[in-house]
Amino acid sequence: MKLNKTVLALAISAVILSGCSEDEKDASLTDGTQNAASGINDASTSGLNNGSGLSGSEMNASGMYPNAGIGPEFSDPNNPLSKSTIYFMLDSSQVQDDFVPVIAAHAQYLVAHPDQRVVMEGHGDERGSREYNIALGEQRAKSIVSMMKVQGVTDGQLQVVSYGEEKPASLGHDEASWELNRRVEIAYQGK
Amino acid sequence: MSFFRKILLIGLVSFYVPSSYAEMTIEITEGIESALPISVVPFGMQGASGVPVDVSFVVDADLGRSGYFKILDKQSMPAKPNTAEAVQFKDWQALGQNYLVIGQVIEDHGQYNVQFQLFDVYKSEQLMGYRMTSSAAELRRTAHHISDLIFEKLTGKKGVFSGRIAYITSSRQGKQSNHKLQVSDADGFNAQTIASSVEPLMSPAWSPDGRKIAYVSFEKKSAAIYIQTLATGERERVAEFPGINGAPSWSPDGGKLALTLSKDGNPDIFILNLMTRSLTKLTKSFAIDTEPTWSPDGSSIVFTSDRGGKPQLYIMSSQGGDEKRLTFSGNYNARASFSPDGKSIAMVHGNGSDYRIAVMDMATKSVNVITDGRSDESPSFAPNGSMILYASRKGNAGYLSAVSLDGKMQQKLVFDSSEIREPAWSP
Repeated sequence: MKLNKTVLALAISAVILSGCSEDEKDASLTDGTQNAASGINDASTSGLNNGSGLSGSEMNASGMYPNAGIGPEFSDPNNPLSKSTIYFMLDSSQVQDDFVPVIAAHAQYLVAHPDQRVVMEGHGDERGSREYNIALGEQRAKSIVSMMKVQGVTDGQLQVVSYGEEKPASLGHDEASWELNRRVEIAYQGK
Repeated sequence: MSFFRKILLIGLVSFYVPSSYAEMTIEITEGIESALPISVVPFGMQGASGVPVDVSFVVDADLGRSGYFKILDKQSMPAKPNTAEAVQFKDWQALGQNYLVIGQVIEDHGQYNVQFQLFDVYKSEQLMGYRMTSSAAELRRTAHHISDLIFEKLTGKKGVFSGRIAYITSSRQGKQSNHKLQVSDADGFNAQTIASSVEPLMSPAWSPDGRKIAYVSFEKKSAAIYIQTLATGERERVAEFPGINGAPSWSPDGGKLALTLSKDGNPDIFILNLMTRSLTKLTKSFAIDTEPTWSPDGSSIVFTSDRGGKPQLYIMSSQGGDEKRLTFSGNYNARASFSPDGKSIAMVHGNGSDYRIAVMDMATKSVNVITDGRSDESPSFAPNGSMILYASRKGNAGYLSAVSLDGKMQQKLVFDSSEIREPAWSP
């Protein structure tokens, strides 16, 4: 089964859960769906993708300028547009003062480029429950969205997705990593 | 299918006392005293090519981690009888043993005849005896079946050792992540992958009949809820609204799914009727409402909400309305899971920087913390209510752990994947 990285393909392998042996399962991989007693079959492998071209958003804090493909200002360290990650305090979706100019710069750019769309990817650290962290990540993304809308960015330009703690930027399990993981990544589309 | 073989399980039975909860200590002492002393004598094995599974070892481990039994270690056994005639009950009485299990596994042309007997040591009489035939492949299952029979005979509760667990693993190769939804036996053996994706998978939930699993997948770079039938691998997308599609929880009759949607602006609890596909909005707060779970009688739903500032558990009618706060101790109580009898709920309990599993008695509302980790999460009751399975972490290693309800017995399941989480025990 191939996983196509570029089109974000999904592979679903489905197996029959019965009580039979590993050996039987291994031997019956090609038996097909009818043979329920055989234990396993590769029932569906579906390539599901929406071709939305979000590959750049997969870059996290380790990628220096994830939106560099949009324009030179996004990789100029002196330009606030080069910053695309907004960090948050524990269990909070309040935007900290330091990041207000960064968000304002992005809002300004988006107002000037009404065809440009961005995805706000909300994230949390690993502490606490996972679905609550999904909700928290969404609140973080939405607090940036509402700031941008106040500055004139339109609804159609802004999309929100929360990954909660499921896509950490830093894989450590300490405060230093948690700080890096409580974040919203501003991902420009069509990079 | 090499991933079938990747899972390594190390069973560790450990006693521990969470030091910061003094009231727990008393309960633990009581628990140990009430555990039934039982000896599982290593089964006699006869066969030209050996016996691939140590059946008595599996039975011993099953009974031990249930928390209901105090297992005599092999070194302390006065003898290793394999037949009823060879049992000297006085020797076992002298060791304070209430029960004795003996057995034999005899190979016969690739098949295995497994027989075992359970004795009441003080009455010097047999309580139960079975003979069964098993293929090599079925020997583990046969052993779990024996554990179930013994457990039910002695406790009056149904055994859960033949059950299954679902959980999520993830691994990374460079920038590429691979997430899997897997199902294994209750002791972690025989893992099978039922779904995999480069994007996150979350929140597996068994249907009440054990035939389907609902879960969240980000495979399209946004959240959607799927229901997958285990026998066929067929699946159906049941929720794909803008925003959050999360936290699926089956109604006890299997006809409805409670879930979290944020399509109206902020996360709220909804009920999806799986027959009619009609959607009913249950909570309407401006705060986060998520992680619904049904009471076993279907009348109530407990959920997590931060409407009071911090995440706490609330209870409401599954018909809507009558919302009441349930938890008051600790600054973080989330991800509730009802015990099968509806008398208690397990939750993630945060106090300071530690997140542990706690159990609330629904009648008295008293809360007992039963684990001592730093980031314990996703509690799931065994179908007989005797144990709670949860995800834990020590350093960089994530693992699943099973703890008895009083916290005194704990078993750690170590898998080769360092990211394993969200265990769900099959009904």
